[in-house]
Amino acid sequence: MPTNQGKRGTFARITRALTSLVTLCSGMTPLSEAMTQTDKSGVSRTRWVEFAIEGAIRLLGFSTIGFVLLIFLFLLREGLPIFYEVPLGNLFGTRWYPTFDLFGTLPLILGSILVTVTAIVIALPLGVATAVFVSEIAPHWAREVLKPMIEVLAGIPSVVLGFFGMHFVAPVIRSILGAPTGLTVFAGALILAYMALPTIISVAEDALDTVPKSYRDAGLAMGATQWQTIWKVVVPAARSGILMAVMLGMGRAIGETMAVMMVTGNAARVPLSLDSLFRPARTMTATIAAEMGEVAQGSTHYHALFGIGIILFLLTFLINLTAASAIFHKRRRGGLR
Amino acid sequence: MDKIRVEGLNFYYGKHRALTDISLAVRDRRITALIGPSGCGKSTFLRCLNRMNDTIRGTRTEGRILLDGQDIYTSGINVVELRQRVGMVFQRPNPFPQSIWDNVAFGPRVLRSHTRSGLADVIEESLRGAALWEEVKDRLRQDALSLSLGQQQRLCIARAIAIKPEVILMDEPCSALDPIATLQVEELMRSLKMDYTLVIVTHNMQQAARVSDWTGFFWMGELVEFDITENVFTRPSNRLTEDYITGRAG
Repeated sequence: MPTNQGKRGTFARITRALTSLVTLCSGMTPLSEAMTQTDKSGVSRTRWVEFAIEGAIRLLGFSTIGFVLLIFLFLLREGLPIFYEVPLGNLFGTRWYPTFDLFGTLPLILGSILVTVTAIVIALPLGVATAVFVSEIAPHWAREVLKPMIEVLAGIPSVVLGFFGMHFVAPVIRSILGAPTGLTVFAGALILAYMALPTIISVAEDALDTVPKSYRDAGLAMGATQWQTIWKVVVPAARSGILMAVMLGMGRAIGETMAVMMVTGNAARVPLSLDSLFRPARTMTATIAAEMGEVAQGSTHYHALFGIGIILFLLTFLINLTAASAIFHKRRRGGLR
Repeated sequence: MDKIRVEGLNFYYGKHRALTDISLAVRDRRITALIGPSGCGKSTFLRCLNRMNDTIRGTRTEGRILLDGQDIYTSGINVVELRQRVGMVFQRPNPFPQSIWDNVAFGPRVLRSHTRSGLADVIEESLRGAALWEEVKDRLRQDALSLSLGQQQRLCIARAIAIKPEVILMDEPCSALDPIATLQVEELMRSLKMDYTLVIVTHNMQQAARVSDWTGFFWMGELVEFDITENVFTRPSNRLTEDYITGRAG
């Protein structure tokens, strides 16, 4: 499914491919120059090679946009029909039983939101605190150790985390709560928080790093302690970057599929009361992943799953937009110096 | 009366000695100017006076600096308290990216040195003290970065005096400002002299001559001359000083 996370992966991959191509080309240039020096029409030959390479790079660059557009169009083509095949009352109802033609996506949307928000509520203080420690307090050697460690954290496959959640976190939650199952929203949120942490930490740390030293000097010179300077000067100055960190972490969390599917219990019920936190829930991503395999292509159910994909896409788009506008606002104010 | 006495101060960045055997006395409620070419150690010296050099790794200080007779480099001293008594204004205006109000309120809030109703008075008083009140009184909630550079620097001065320090250190406070803003800040220095002891570092010898009572001339990490400003500029006792202020050296 073209979730946000999957797409960013594609983006990164294509960008990487492009970069390696450029390196390759620049590596090749001396060779082609050496060849053309023995050639009589050397100049025009070089120019032609230059033109071809430039064209290829441009083509690859634009194809990225093309792919994104194609994916989006595909998503629309497969998903839009659900919005007129099924009455909206049904589509946004509270019951998701595709076998009985009940396509209520509300429990799934709320499930996704609940899991994501809980995850961020857990990850935000931890992530910001870690970022503050790494960028402001940690001695040099600790920073050198911590930064790569955090990147390693980001590389743990989600299925491994899901496995960990299923066999370690969930039983612990079950025994503490005395509930019939530990596969709950809370378990999913814990795992998701863990997955969002590396993103939040590294982006927030970058934001803290860009805060000019002169602000810290000003704070310290006024007789503020190091902690007061960090909390009242540095962190507020990095506010927009930290907000972006949270948004990116959120995007990562809401698009996550595998780990969530393994630990949240997958019961499509509307989570309304506070204790839903400790009951199973089902997210949009997990629904798509779990049901896409056994659905008849072109059926209403099939369109419904793509419809969920559209809703998910809109949600992540909204999150990214919020982050982008926050940064834009900050830039315009001249704060990012 | 001496507010600060410096006795045999040596300062090191790692192995490099930046200041050699500096001794001088800063008079209470006077303006002391430190002049000299770039890299001569005058800013480093200034930052020794409130221990801001502590924030740079690998630095070391020898000798004594006495503030009201108490050595600020002994182990018992509370650096945070010291900096509340010895404030600092930097070369480039560095207001926090917050509102004008929050900038001035920063110190009092950190020190909890005010009652809730008293904060407004402290802010007005500080902004008046920095000759900025009339210009900003209707837009205290505006972003401080929307002010002009000269206003920002006066805001930084207001922020520094809001915590009522005894000494204010200014590190080339006018070097980023235009001539008119510079004059305003100089005017301000003269009025601050009534309540505070000022030590300013400046590149601008006319400025030192205009505003200061005492002048110290630094050269390659040494204090070559220290005297009443008038003497330094009219009959310097050292040849190097004379060459520098007449533009033949540096």
